[in-house]
Amino acid sequence: MRPRLPLAAGVAAARAAGRLSRLAGAGGGTTIPGKLLNVLDPSAVGRLASQLPQGSAIVSATNGKTTTAAMVAEILSPQLRLAHNSAGANLLSGVASTLLSANGADLGLFEVDEAALPDVAGRLRPRALCLGNLFRDQLDRYGELELVAERWRRLVGDLDPDAWVVANADDPQVGDLARDRKGVHFGVDDPRHGSSGLQHAADSKWCVRCGTPYEYAAAYVGHLGDYRCPACGHARPPLDLSARAIELDGLNSVSFDLVDEHGSMRVRLPLPGLYNVYNALAAAALAGVLGASREEIRSGLERFSAAFGRFERIPVGERSLLLLLIKNPAGANEVVRTLVAGGTPSLAVIALNDAIADGRDVSWIWDVDFEPLFERLDRVVATGERAAELALRCKYSGFAEDRIEVMPDLDAALDRGLELTPAGGELCVLPTYTAMLRLRGIVAERGYVKPYWERAA
Amino acid sequence: MKISVGHLYPEYLNIYADRGNIAVLSRRAEWRGHTLEVQAIGMGDAVAAGAHDLLYVGGGQDREQALVSRDIAGKGEALRQAVEAGAAVLAVCGGYQLLGHFYRDRSGAELPGAGVLPLHTVAGDRRMIGDVLLECELEPGDRRTIAGFENHAGRTILEDGAEPLGRVVAGFGNDGESGFEGCRAGRVVGTYLHGPLLPRNPWLADWLLAQAIAHRTGAPAIFEPLGDALEDEAHRVAAARARSRGGRGAR
Repeated sequence: MRPRLPLAAGVAAARAAGRLSRLAGAGGGTTIPGKLLNVLDPSAVGRLASQLPQGSAIVSATNGKTTTAAMVAEILSPQLRLAHNSAGANLLSGVASTLLSANGADLGLFEVDEAALPDVAGRLRPRALCLGNLFRDQLDRYGELELVAERWRRLVGDLDPDAWVVANADDPQVGDLARDRKGVHFGVDDPRHGSSGLQHAADSKWCVRCGTPYEYAAAYVGHLGDYRCPACGHARPPLDLSARAIELDGLNSVSFDLVDEHGSMRVRLPLPGLYNVYNALAAAALAGVLGASREEIRSGLERFSAAFGRFERIPVGERSLLLLLIKNPAGANEVVRTLVAGGTPSLAVIALNDAIADGRDVSWIWDVDFEPLFERLDRVVATGERAAELALRCKYSGFAEDRIEVMPDLDAALDRGLELTPAGGELCVLPTYTAMLRLRGIVAERGYVKPYWERAA
Repeated sequence: MKISVGHLYPEYLNIYADRGNIAVLSRRAEWRGHTLEVQAIGMGDAVAAGAHDLLYVGGGQDREQALVSRDIAGKGEALRQAVEAGAAVLAVCGGYQLLGHFYRDRSGAELPGAGVLPLHTVAGDRRMIGDVLLECELEPGDRRTIAGFENHAGRTILEDGAEPLGRVVAGFGNDGESGFEGCRAGRVVGTYLHGPLLPRNPWLADWLLAQAIAHRTGAPAIFEPLGDALEDEAHRVAAARARSRGGRGAR
């Protein structure tokens, strides 16, 4: 058996590796120190986390975890020093790296990959866990939705009974996890914005108890909504925190009443889309159980600017880029819906990569309801490693082939998009994850945006 | 000409972008002056004799597949009659398994299938996930390749006399061992390959449409080629992916 290294020795070696990684130009060093630490001392994450005076909180979800965690950070940061993996490194290695550089932090705030969650939560022993949603995503990597849900169920069962579980009541798989324990249920309560039918890509259509199709009084985003099983009665749990009177203001903002047992307050979130209302609800509920006041929650949400790559606006000379990350059908559908509601642009650059972080299986693009966007666009620039596949997605939706430009090289596609955008205009770019990182890198190299690890600091 | 497609369980089996396959069939028919009429065939619906020139079954997660298993077994007789009468069939992934005799899960329990194809499937320990490239010859002397993506834990065993769809060039295939993928019986094609399958393999879409027209008229259609530069490029990229990172079956 290997002798256990003193915690300090492993920590020092791992920190040095992070500096080396940045010096070598290999990126932000957001995962390498953590990887090394976990090899040198597998128990280090748990021990470092136990040194945080106020413990840890975790956010997980298929969609919105980066944005939700960034909102919580905005709410809490005036009062608390946070150890927060804001650069999106959300596996165990990213959490470990964040803990390594967490000098003097009061509280750990971590977004965690949904598949890595059981392992990471077992080590961090969080005082609060926020579970946002489960959508079909990267079946080649995560396996089927049911498997992830089952792992989450077991994880919640193993949590400290005093730990809070903050759960999205509108997701049938997730809402059940906060029942019969110390928990908060959040959800949307505004049927004007719902539909009674589900989208093509809807996932959890069948009752988690008996398998009968749910009936929806209102479906808001994918399968998120006010559901009820006509056979066994399994239904959305009562909401502890809800959003009502939602007003969407195009691509700029969304306002809503944030309602809990203490009353109602109006919040204007400077991000568009119904899906960001869910992110704000998750953030408000989690910040609340961590001790934030109502006023801190409201002002934090109203100060919030986008998390990187998620509805992020970047000025590029006389033009600007609007980066809208797409990574799975449910998330991409909301991006499309928000773009269409906000007045669709005439041009979009869409970037499809197929690295592990994007999902090697690109079939998901065929499950996205791109049609409302394609119907309104004059031109599409398809880019990324699987640009041709994306072009086929356009072509077989009925989009004229001579209005599709295929440019696999991201640099060239960005230039082409900017060339087609008039001065003073905004170019909409819809990239998958690694394409988004690369595009931000290209813009940073040109001097327009800080690299992601500096912005995160 | 009107080509009638019966889409089995679209509410349940649609996980790997099955509507992409339908869109490709529909557009390519339309570009040749034909009209594809797609009808959903759901739980409890009868499969009317002679009503469909082409039947399509897509893939689902385990839960959905279990939900439709008994229903499709009940439709087995009608489906076999449709195939005997010359209807074409494309079944992908879960749909491919469901057309066999049965699926045996890890506990040993058997879910019945439609018995349209001479094969059965047994749950395996490891998932076979990755890009795939096949070589096949649906018409004598006409060698083609098919590029797709597979993601299955089931190992499909072809029974005596069954003909595979193709030989695995790169990837796992039916069971990760035999070196074969899919099953083909006359106008019936079953395969694990999604991606979706047809956009990047347009010749196969055309072959299926020709078979469907043959069911209607008695003679296979001869199609003028279409401008498939994008399709060919997507095929080239997907084939290169399979060669560089597809799973390896023992051969």
